[in-house]
Amino acid sequence: MIINQLTIHEAHRLLETRQLSSVELTKACLERINQTEPRVRALVVITEELALRQAQKADQLIAEGDTHPLTGIPVIIKDNMCTKGIPTTCSSRMLENFVPPYDATVVEKLNGCGAVIMGKANMDEFAMGSSTEHSAFFPTHNPWDLTRVPGGSSGGSAVAVAAGETIYALGSDTGGSIRQPAGFCSVTGLKPTYGRVSRYGLVAFASSLDQIGPLTKDVADCAIVLNAIAGYDSRDSTSVPEQTPDYTQCLTADLNGLSIGVPKEYFVEGMQAEVETAMRAAINKLEELGARVEWEVSLPHTPYALAAYYIIAPSEAMANLARYDGVKYGFSYTDTDSMWEALEKTRQFGFGDEVKRRIMLGTYALSAGYYDAWYLKAQKVRTLIRQEFDQAFEKYDALVTPTSPTVPFKIGEKVDDPLQMYLSDVCTLPINIAGLPAISIPAGFADGLPIGMQIIGKPFGEETILKIAYAYEQATEWHKRRAGI
Amino acid sequence: MSVITIIAILKCAMDYETIIGLEVHAQLLTKSKMFCRCSADYASAPPNTHVCPVCLGMPGVLPTINQQAVEYTVMTALALNCTISDYTKFDRKNYPYPDLMKGYQISQYDAPFGHHGWLTIEVDGEKRRVGITRVHLEEDVAKLIHRTFPGGESYSLVDVNRAGVPLMEIVGEPDLRSPEEARQYLIKLRSILQYLVVSTGNMEEGSFRCDANISIRPENSPDSLAKVEVKNMNSFKAVYRALEYEAERQRKTAVEGKKLFQETRGWVEERGITVAQRSKEYAHDYRYFPEPDLAPLVLNREWVEEIRSKLPELPEARRNRFVAEYNLPFYDANLLVSSKAMADYFEDCVKTEEYRKLPQDRGAKEVSNWLLGEVSRIMNANNIEIDGFRARISPEWLVELLVLDSQGDVSTATAKSALEEMFATGKQAADIIAQRGLSQISDTEVIEREVMAAIRNNAQAVADYRAGKKQSLKFLVGQVMRATRGRANPRLVNELLEKKLEEG
Repeated sequence: MIINQLTIHEAHRLLETRQLSSVELTKACLERINQTEPRVRALVVITEELALRQAQKADQLIAEGDTHPLTGIPVIIKDNMCTKGIPTTCSSRMLENFVPPYDATVVEKLNGCGAVIMGKANMDEFAMGSSTEHSAFFPTHNPWDLTRVPGGSSGGSAVAVAAGETIYALGSDTGGSIRQPAGFCSVTGLKPTYGRVSRYGLVAFASSLDQIGPLTKDVADCAIVLNAIAGYDSRDSTSVPEQTPDYTQCLTADLNGLSIGVPKEYFVEGMQAEVETAMRAAINKLEELGARVEWEVSLPHTPYALAAYYIIAPSEAMANLARYDGVKYGFSYTDTDSMWEALEKTRQFGFGDEVKRRIMLGTYALSAGYYDAWYLKAQKVRTLIRQEFDQAFEKYDALVTPTSPTVPFKIGEKVDDPLQMYLSDVCTLPINIAGLPAISIPAGFADGLPIGMQIIGKPFGEETILKIAYAYEQATEWHKRRAGI
Repeated sequence: MSVITIIAILKCAMDYETIIGLEVHAQLLTKSKMFCRCSADYASAPPNTHVCPVCLGMPGVLPTINQQAVEYTVMTALALNCTISDYTKFDRKNYPYPDLMKGYQISQYDAPFGHHGWLTIEVDGEKRRVGITRVHLEEDVAKLIHRTFPGGESYSLVDVNRAGVPLMEIVGEPDLRSPEEARQYLIKLRSILQYLVVSTGNMEEGSFRCDANISIRPENSPDSLAKVEVKNMNSFKAVYRALEYEAERQRKTAVEGKKLFQETRGWVEERGITVAQRSKEYAHDYRYFPEPDLAPLVLNREWVEEIRSKLPELPEARRNRFVAEYNLPFYDANLLVSSKAMADYFEDCVKTEEYRKLPQDRGAKEVSNWLLGEVSRIMNANNIEIDGFRARISPEWLVELLVLDSQGDVSTATAKSALEEMFATGKQAADIIAQRGLSQISDTEVIEREVMAAIRNNAQAVADYRAGKKQSLKFLVGQVMRATRGRANPRLVNELLEKKLEEG
């Protein structure tokens, strides 16, 4: 048994039966971090002391009979979720020294479960990117091939799980930032329905698209974490005041009676042949498991999603990032007497190029005289895409697509070509535009590089996609492969 | 006569009409701030003590709507005869400034809570309806305090207590035609807010702020010249003076044939002038867009109607009631109700036990006269509002004094000086009068003794009176009053003197 490779439910069983202590589990993960971190660089902060303290406390809780499934289980948190007293940098120079005075709701919830926080994960700066190369500190490497990217922006979270540095991680997903790295690293990543998980304390990129979700080693773990973090939060007006079900209850291997649609627009031009082959095989598998599959579903507005996304997300980001002015917290340029120069230089030196590019895109899209042509039109496209999904879900319980059109690309390959980089999210963006839940699970390999399958559900239909993912996972072995690092 | 001379004469003769529209910002009297749970009552709090991650604009925070503020805004919009939007939403107004914690202000752009309303004002006895463009809700910004080091270098401090306090904006149509109309509009608007108890309406403390748009246009022309925005007016008087100055400045500029610029000007109180601030041509592009952190609001019709049915009595209705119920003159009633606190004081007086001792037919008028006369004079002299007066002299005490006056126990002059002393010392009327020996002499025996003395000692005046010189009576009355140090009841003195003189 390699302790750090355990899943949540495996570790929980061992903790419960006292065959393992949380301190042992935590130490195993810390040891693994020491081993692999120099090569993968998934973490920006390692909270060793805190983790050991929390592990001791968890062992005490377990001894007292408190056995929440997450008690004593190590977790890594993407560095855009506020952690009281622990730096929260968003992998940006702007927040390099920022220590929040409060916990994000999800962090509060995990702490309430007796979680063990191991550290904060590297990411593309302010979650803007698809490769974790846009971190202001260092790029993260894919454990399946260290010369390749892990995807992004939750690349650090995906790698920490794939490399066994943690039992699970939290990521955030604005246009694919959980699912795409999950696919690239062969782990399970869920983006819940917009409004299912509180965004309070998640440093905002694009408020109408952002959603927090789990990155785990299998589907059962994903359900356990979702149980812990989902639910209404009075501090987030966009969270939904609805009861959340017990997501672990839907995990059965039988897909009889379920209908699954395969939208043809997601098999885009430029898709890697191996990805397409793997997808067809995976979908055949779903059919074998009892699902009725319709191969030729059409969602004709799909090609406009990318354009709409790159209007809406930067517009919201432009406003969300306006607060970084060097006055209240974070990086501050002080070598001037002029207030305006201080503001300008703070942002010039505090933000990286990709962040500045998106701020400028958003500023332009909302400017007087351009609003109707850009922002308003993008919102109309958004409505059409939503309606199109609504119609599809009248016929199908879920839709299945590749998570990404390619396997992980080389570090440096797309970093200077924003358009190519944006295209790597072409299969995941429309889901955020429509606010739907979607999960990426391991579905094969091409020359040793991971391929992910995306299962998309109706609003608040997380149970259905977890069920399909679970059935597929139980019938395959992809999720059991571990990166040979 | 040359053509140029003719044009010059025509220009001088041309008359201009003044066009004014006011934008008012009123802080709402909610317990907590607009989008977080911090206390909104910051006025006396030390700097940066009413703050939290939300109103500080920390990374990752989210706003939640203060329902009370929404209710207050809907109340105000209803009281201003607005149409209430079924669907409304918040928007982000983007501009960078150190007093704006998030770099954008959560405000409302194209779906305000209320729109297309009006209120009526009266100028020179004439009623005028002034349009209300919109009533919307937003958040206040932090307070910047500018300081200078002894070396001369300047710096600024930020106090975030005010950031996030609910702020209601009321935009008026450019329907006002003079500074006086503008003043009446503001008085009316403030009294409505006070009647609704949604804002203190205190301009000096900044909880009620006013910016003005003012332009002039040649009479009979549909187009006004350049629109000027005037800011920095911190009192009703300042608004009046600034608008008077600005209308005259624009008229003079136009008459001189010079160009007027569309610009923002600031009122400089000490110098009594406006000065150019920044040109509107370089106005900010606020890049408004819907606030994604707050879902749009759909206002339930029934809820709106419930609020409408619960609206308190507003100034006009109260004035009409004062006229009908207390038989007050229209003008007096109007003055009383323009301040809710003053009207409340009036009605508290009328409700006292003592009030019943005043003559039924003119008791209310008596109270009103005192409030608008002596009480207002004391308020002005001490620079206080009626609440400050009430803190020294309760309605019961004031009515006690009025009863002493009306029953003839003291003369009116004495009553007035007693009121001054009550205000200064905090003592009750009866005590002051007893202490000073001020109570009026109504004892007929005492007065008769002095009357007889006056007749004895002033033979000439008595002879004159009896010879038909009736004004000699005044002299004799004066003698009696002097002898009693002014304390004799003048009515009794007159009566007795006449009687004794007739008796011969």
